[in-house]
Amino acid sequence: MQQQVSQQSVTGYLTEDNSGRDRCQFLTFELNGEAYGIDILNIREIIDYGNITRVPMMPAFIAGVINLRGSVVPVVDLALRFSELPSERTKRSSIVILEVEYEEQKLEIGITVDVVNEVIGILPNEIEPAPPFGTKIRTDFIDGMGKINDQLLVLLDTRVILSVAELSATEMQ
Amino acid sequence: MSDEGLHIFADEAEDLLASAEQALLRMDNLEDEVDTLECVNEIFRTFHTIKGAAGLFGFNEIVDFTHIVESVFVKIREGIITVDENMVSLFLANLDHLEYLVKIALSDEDHMSVEVKKRDDYLVGKLNAYLAPTAIGVDKGAVTEPKKEELRAETEQEGASKILARLDDRLDESDGVVSGNWHISLRFGPAALRNGMDPASFIKYLANIGELKSVNLIDDSIPGWAEFDPESCYLGFEIVLVSSNTNKEEIEEVFEFVLDDCHISILPPHSHINSYIQLIEDLPEDELRIGDILVACGALTEREKDHILNIQDDFNDGITAGGREWDAPLLGKIAVGENVVEQEVVDAAIKKQKDVQQQNTSSQQTIRVNALKLEDLVNLVGELVIGSANADLNARQLSDANLNEAMENLLRLVEEVRDTALGLRMVQIGETFNRFKRVVREVSRDTGKDIELRISGAETELDKTLIEKIGDPIMHLVRNAIDHGIESPAIRKETGKAAKGVVSLSAFHESGSVVIRITDDGGGLSKEKILNKAIEKGLVNENQQLSDQEIFQLIFEAGFSTAESVSNISGRGVGMDVVRRNIESLRGQVEIESEEGKGSTIAIRLPLTLAIIDGFQVRVGDAQYIVPLDMVDECIELNESLREKDGNANYLNLRGEILPFVHLKDMFRVKGYEGSERNAEMKDIEGRHRDNIVVVQFGGKKAGFVVDELLGEHQTVIKPLGKVFRNLKGISGTTILGSGEVAMIIDIPEMVSRVVNSEQKTFMSSKTI
Repeated sequence: MQQQVSQQSVTGYLTEDNSGRDRCQFLTFELNGEAYGIDILNIREIIDYGNITRVPMMPAFIAGVINLRGSVVPVVDLALRFSELPSERTKRSSIVILEVEYEEQKLEIGITVDVVNEVIGILPNEIEPAPPFGTKIRTDFIDGMGKINDQLLVLLDTRVILSVAELSATEMQ
Repeated sequence: MSDEGLHIFADEAEDLLASAEQALLRMDNLEDEVDTLECVNEIFRTFHTIKGAAGLFGFNEIVDFTHIVESVFVKIREGIITVDENMVSLFLANLDHLEYLVKIALSDEDHMSVEVKKRDDYLVGKLNAYLAPTAIGVDKGAVTEPKKEELRAETEQEGASKILARLDDRLDESDGVVSGNWHISLRFGPAALRNGMDPASFIKYLANIGELKSVNLIDDSIPGWAEFDPESCYLGFEIVLVSSNTNKEEIEEVFEFVLDDCHISILPPHSHINSYIQLIEDLPEDELRIGDILVACGALTEREKDHILNIQDDFNDGITAGGREWDAPLLGKIAVGENVVEQEVVDAAIKKQKDVQQQNTSSQQTIRVNALKLEDLVNLVGELVIGSANADLNARQLSDANLNEAMENLLRLVEEVRDTALGLRMVQIGETFNRFKRVVREVSRDTGKDIELRISGAETELDKTLIEKIGDPIMHLVRNAIDHGIESPAIRKETGKAAKGVVSLSAFHESGSVVIRITDDGGGLSKEKILNKAIEKGLVNENQQLSDQEIFQLIFEAGFSTAESVSNISGRGVGMDVVRRNIESLRGQVEIESEEGKGSTIAIRLPLTLAIIDGFQVRVGDAQYIVPLDMVDECIELNESLREKDGNANYLNLRGEILPFVHLKDMFRVKGYEGSERNAEMKDIEGRHRDNIVVVQFGGKKAGFVVDELLGEHQTVIKPLGKVFRNLKGISGTTILGSGEVAMIIDIPEMVSRVVNSEQKTFMSSKTI
């Protein structure tokens, strides 16, 4: 269900934007009541939440791994990664599969989100740099702030959030 | 020349060089003359084959070089030169050089670098020194000229060279035949007509390539009318074809459809007279008659015909004179192509050589397969296993008897397919071991020690990828054993040991892993020295309690070397840590046993395969885990009566043995995770179930793991955990269950050592207190 909705909005947006203006496209989603955006170029797919196998001895924000059509893909609990309280799982909870480049290889990593909303286009001049303080989450997680209808959208820097160096630190050491 | 051809050349050259090296090393140790001769022959053949192939590709440097080496071997074979140790060394150097030349030839560099050239000259000089006393005069300059020398097919039997020399004299005067036309000799098989082949149509087609100068019908094989079968073909043809712009291949293509049941010889223009000799011999008809026909159709002149027949006689005389029985066709083999220049003939000869090789390989029933294809197959089989597990799960839910029976059958077959597919990748370790003979020989010479390498368990099979990756670590350990382990002969005598040191390599299977042991009977490791060094380097505290194994393991730390002197072989302290890292990256482990004064043994334990294993499925909390089945010893119920009454110590009495155990739940911290939906459920189940202990063993050590539920066997396709989990220890991989869920595979070696070590520590600390 969720998947279909978001898929539609993606394609719907793309056709609309053929006017040729240089917009960046972001997938917006909610987590613990806050709205965030991720550049859709990094997104592989969106799947329903479920069937996550926990990997022992890993930090809590590593939710575990899932079987994505035969390959084993790690999933990061984004709420815990943001050092927030774990969010409640609902029917609308989803896993967004992202592509991250690491050591010249492309890795697939999933993140858990509460609700996937839509894909929106933001003009580059509507994006402001992240404020140095006053944000709820680590500032280096933020790529910029997008302004949409006078509302601010936190655009995430997935390279930092999903930095393999940080994720791979085990609990034991 | 095609790339494919070059690849074959490269592969073959590699194999040949390896086998020549083995033969040389065998020669080193042999007193028995017959065996030595066999080795010499083998090496000679190797060089010869490489020379032939190199000639085909036009690698003149290789041809020139191998020719000289070959000449020396001819002398050895004739007994003019005897083999000594220095000579073996020289030939080993030659092999290395040849390997290098092959590499250069395969790269795009046109010429040898100055350095290589220098070495080339040096080796050639050395080799010529062996040749010089017999004044045969094979020097570098003389070799380059008769390049086609390589076509002199293998003169395997001794004495053949004498007859050869005689033939040489005779043949010198006649280079090629006068005729500038192609000669095609055709004998259709009896089945040709029945197979729908019309001899006439082929000859007609041939006319498209060139002008048919003459077609002579050979009807000798037509039997008497009584036996005549109208459906059989008895015809043969001798054809002279005039064509300046064709090649042998093109002519051969004409007869492509009848190649199997038809005898065809194609001789290019100005073929050497020997080719005709062979032709005549090969044909079933009377030699004189064929001679006449050949003259009649213009392929040979009268003089050439007489010449051929005379040579034949001489050859027969030679045989009787030598008192030996040889097959007549051998003549052709010996003499073919003395100074022939036509590329076509070269092709033919090489083709024949290839054919012989193909026969050899087929007799061993092996084929070369691209490693990537194998990998794909194994991956597919992995998917098949997962898929069938899923199908099985669904079939069970339907509880249809027929379906379940069919499923059972299918699963059994899948298992067989899996085993066979994995078996394809299994290679005997012997070949890898043999490589070390050379290393031992060289290192022992460098260090002035007399060392024997003993090999056992060479037939032990191991996954090809593992074998490739384990070579370097073993190499390092062997060098270490020689350099650090084995004492100098003088010291050995003092301590009452045999002057000759022994390094042994052995391999065997043990509960799902392969163990490779490198043993030496040298000085052994000094615990004291290691400990002092470790304290000096700050690796351990002075009052730290360490087990023997822990002390020995210190030598794998980076920058650790107790050797007082640094030699060019070892002692720099780099390497041992690399060895351990390499082995661990293969999910293996290293153990050291050592007794001061008696020697050391380093045992490497590796998993049998990296792809699919038999697993034992257990449940801990809400997650399922896989334990490699080979490592499971037994499963027991955790019964209070088994528990040692020793406060909270985690070990129990297993039939008189002390078995340390851990709750996997504690170790994996399954509890205490908020947000796990099934936690509440779990507590419920926990109350009803008694805990089970899975007793596993690895490397002679046993440990127990307490799990919530035993779920039975599971074919486990190992899927690596990604980079995100690279620092995670205790989990060696993941697999996908029939339900589609992911399960973790427990890294038993790591877990066992963790349990055993922690128990030892608590044991020791409780003792010291």
